[in-house]
Amino acid sequence: MENVAKTAVRYLPIVIVMVAWEAIARLNLVDTLALPPLSKVAAAWFDLMRDGELVSNGASSLYRGSAGLLLAVLIGGTLGMIMARCRIFDMLINPLVELFYPLPKSALIPVTVLWLGFGDGSKILLIFLGCMIPVTIGAYNGARGSDHALLWSARSMGAGSFRMMWDVVLPSALPELLNGIRTALALAFILLVSSELIVSQRGFGYLIGYLGSTGSYEGMYAVVLTVALLGFAVDRIYQLLMQWLLRWRD
Amino acid sequence: MAGLEGQATDQATLAEAEARISHDALRRFDDIFRRGAGAFSILALLVAWEVFARSGKVTPFMLPPFSVVAERIYTDAFHGDLWINLGLTLYRALTGFFIAAIGGVTLGALMSRSRLVRWFFDPLISVGFPMPKIAFLPIIILWLGLYDISKISMVVFDAIFPVVTATLAGIAGVDKALIWSGRNMGAGERQMMWQIILPAALPQILTGLQVALPIALIVAIIAEMAMGGYGLGGAMMTASRYANSPGVFAGIVEIAVVGYILIKAMAFIRRRLLVWHTETAPS
Repeated sequence: MENVAKTAVRYLPIVIVMVAWEAIARLNLVDTLALPPLSKVAAAWFDLMRDGELVSNGASSLYRGSAGLLLAVLIGGTLGMIMARCRIFDMLINPLVELFYPLPKSALIPVTVLWLGFGDGSKILLIFLGCMIPVTIGAYNGARGSDHALLWSARSMGAGSFRMMWDVVLPSALPELLNGIRTALALAFILLVSSELIVSQRGFGYLIGYLGSTGSYEGMYAVVLTVALLGFAVDRIYQLLMQWLLRWRD
Repeated sequence: MAGLEGQATDQATLAEAEARISHDALRRFDDIFRRGAGAFSILALLVAWEVFARSGKVTPFMLPPFSVVAERIYTDAFHGDLWINLGLTLYRALTGFFIAAIGGVTLGALMSRSRLVRWFFDPLISVGFPMPKIAFLPIIILWLGLYDISKISMVVFDAIFPVVTATLAGIAGVDKALIWSGRNMGAGERQMMWQIILPAALPQILTGLQVALPIALIVAIIAEMAMGGYGLGGAMMTASRYANSPGVFAGIVEIAVVGYILIKAMAFIRRRLLVWHTETAPS
């Protein structure tokens, strides 16, 4: 009971903001076109769910996002671990990683469109390219910190290089790798939504732009809030997953 | 006995010093080698780009040769709008960044001082931080129009979160002994904040700013792409719309250079501001 009350007090400010929003819109303190009441936004959300617009556009966004991110984790993670263990590879690839690391990833949007057009392919490529760098850096830093005694004993016990990577390097790289993936996750959402806003015919970002340009601002608000809450929820779920994956650590 | 012991320690320090010198030399050699390898791989990338683009395996539309892109940047710089675009993008990104920096540190400091402010903003920050705030761009356009103010507001909205959380964490981590001795010596609230708490929290605040700066640049470019007009992002979108691929690739190279310089400058400022801190002491 006490816990419930504590949580209620903790999240009360969010309720206050929601009530203030509703009141400001209802009392016509600002143009209701620019700020429709929250209750109308909620109604618009149910409408969008009922006619399937939100679900179908959401499904294609989620497909693009998870495909791009998965590729980034697999390829970026492997690359980072190999870089940490192989000196020549490190010397050749690291400067390129350093070169592309400060590149504001949004600059890649027009290029991916140039290469793969307006569909799924360009979004997946964009997310893959954008998210690979933080994953690679996480894997690299993590794997470089792996205990040499562990590596030596694994080798003396006759582990091959693949087994070494999988059984020794990967677990010790895991904390930093998982942090890198968390950064990539946030970046994936940003790149996904912005590329869909700018050039697309499907997806959350497209739906936001479409509803905005046809003047149904309640619907636009509903989709914006859906994306924002989804980003928040995914991050929280990922944090739980991280804790579970790292439960063997003290 | 004492003499012998002294001699032994002398020898030990001598050996240590020798080891350090050879270690230093090795490190310097390693450094040069690394830099060489770095320059080599960047050069190799450019040559591979040029050769691959000219090999006929891809159309010049998909990948214009690097020399064509370089020429395009040259014409942009001397006969075109490069400086206007660059200036506008930097103006939007940096203005937003500075507002986010000042606002974020102020909010963080207020939250750490006042329980009421903290109670109100804590859930908003923790829910807002992981949200993809760029989704709010159309709403900001709806409110503020297509002018600079909406682009800068978008940058502030996105860049302020890491600054607030870093300031909060930094202030929470300030050594209690510092605070007690400051209080003991009779420092007032204002003095405590400016002379003890903020300087002690500076390393973490700077880390927050180092996270916020690339975000500011990314968001400024997205906003320009979505709204069109002048600016590096807008210029890239225009080039892409007219299927002008040298223009698009020139944009990437220009934006990459700007990002690289800004990040290096920020790291440099960090080292200068933290000369007094153990972090920058030679190890």
